[in-house]
Amino acid sequence: MNFQLTEEQQMLRKMVRDYAENEVAPTAAERDEEERFDREIFDKMAELGLTGIPWPEEYGGIGSDFVSYAIAVEELSRVCASTGVTLSAHISLASWPIYTYGNEDQKKTFLQRLATGEALGAYALSEPGAGSDVASMRTTAKKDGDDYILNGNKVWITNGGVADIYVVFAKTDVDAKHKGISAFIVEKGTDGFSFGKKEQKLGIRSSPTTELIFENCRVPKENLLGEEGEGFKIAMTTLDGGRNGIAAQAVGIAQGALDAATDYAKEREQFGKPIANNQGISFKLADMATQVEASRLLTYQAAYNESEGIPYQKESAMAKLYAGDTAMKVSVEAVQVFGGYGYTKDYPVERFMRDAKITQIYEGTQEIQRLVIGRMVTK
Amino acid sequence: MGLHGSATVSLTFDNCRIPESQLLGQEGEGYKIALSNLNIGRIGIGAQALGIAEAALDASTGYAKEREQFGKPIAHNQGISFKLADMATAVEGSKLLIYNAASMHEGGVDCAKEASMAKKFASQTAVDVSIDAVQVYGGYGFTKDYPVERYMRDAKITQIYEGTTEIQNLVISRQLLK
Repeated sequence: MNFQLTEEQQMLRKMVRDYAENEVAPTAAERDEEERFDREIFDKMAELGLTGIPWPEEYGGIGSDFVSYAIAVEELSRVCASTGVTLSAHISLASWPIYTYGNEDQKKTFLQRLATGEALGAYALSEPGAGSDVASMRTTAKKDGDDYILNGNKVWITNGGVADIYVVFAKTDVDAKHKGISAFIVEKGTDGFSFGKKEQKLGIRSSPTTELIFENCRVPKENLLGEEGEGFKIAMTTLDGGRNGIAAQAVGIAQGALDAATDYAKEREQFGKPIANNQGISFKLADMATQVEASRLLTYQAAYNESEGIPYQKESAMAKLYAGDTAMKVSVEAVQVFGGYGYTKDYPVERFMRDAKITQIYEGTQEIQRLVIGRMVTK
Repeated sequence: MGLHGSATVSLTFDNCRIPESQLLGQEGEGYKIALSNLNIGRIGIGAQALGIAEAALDASTGYAKEREQFGKPIAHNQGISFKLADMATAVEGSKLLIYNAASMHEGGVDCAKEASMAKKFASQTAVDVSIDAVQVYGGYGFTKDYPVERYMRDAKITQIYEGTTEIQNLVISRQLLK
């Protein structure tokens, strides 16, 4: 592994940081308070080429790599974790499986629109009774002539309602467990496809999380992604990469919280000196900075492996586990450094703390990461 | 972030006239008065933190027994049940530290160190246990449909007000080193 970012990666970081600080940060608190998704932010990311970072130019991407993708999600999340996850779900969860398992027609029809940012993507796996236990899903897809007919409900859908293209998992064989699952590409506006409850959440409040409802929703067989019965494999391998995105989001949140806490500790005076001059504060900042650095290296390592075609399942699980825990710890400590001010909405650290918690839950809870890592280190 | 049902405001005094009869104690005695009832205050906030942690623990325990994944309640996984064991142990430790400080205070014994320890430990426990409670609930815990996200938001203030954890560390270490 090369520890030096390429010139292209460094330029991308600068570009995304400028964009994030100038155009995403100013409205982050307001969008959080109002639980408001802003499509214009996504459209601007499309203009900058961020919506198709890792995909070849022939499919509308910019032909870059997964480390660049991680850097983009990190820099966005450093000011607004909702914007970070919008991009992460779009690239890792919706575009990745189509790029990896889609046929040429599907790539031209769907990936192209996702990569250019003409369309926003989402991924629909979880159900009320099927969270970590994916194989117990109840949504069905019944073959009918040249179509499949989908019935069932999906929950926790990031970009739900606002996305245009959904990768949806359903059982084509209800008697089989994980081998009965297949993946479909479903477009917004398809008859029988509607949106249910939008969740009211602790954090990432300007990223909509919505229920999807399929009632006799007819999907052409051309929209079957991969083969029948291949859905479980598609879902799991998609999540392996998705974890890099969430790890990057967690690194961004933690870095944002650390930056805010460091600046404040140097400015805030008590007992006639900046609070940073107390070891009780400066040692805390040292621990925070060390954890953020380790999280970032774990994340870039997993992303680098993916770009180079090296196995990354264990690495991405470790990155997500450690970075998620770091985001939680560092954001709680950042509020502590700010004291009472940190508990108010006048400063961003309380938002970082509320946003951080989800990184320990979605795209596989920390418990699932430990299952994955535990299996790999004991096999 | 939390305690939304409790008003926190700034007060402004602009030539506000107060009768002499309302001077509490003597002039110049304010600092002593401000710091004199801190022990009770810390025991009180410790008890608040304890309540938050107990509620979060109760909610998680109930949910872990009900929620089934992979054909069994999630509480049947050691990954969850050991987490609950850690949470319950920290809650019990908090309770004993608080009751010990309260009992010393009741008996007229100086409990500055013990009150600070109780507040520091109980508030850390409230933060840790409420974050773990959201974890046990998974995605559901992140929504306003269950109380655990509120416990998490409420818990953080207990490490900040009536003396931050850093101030408790000052008090405890001074007592140790004197």
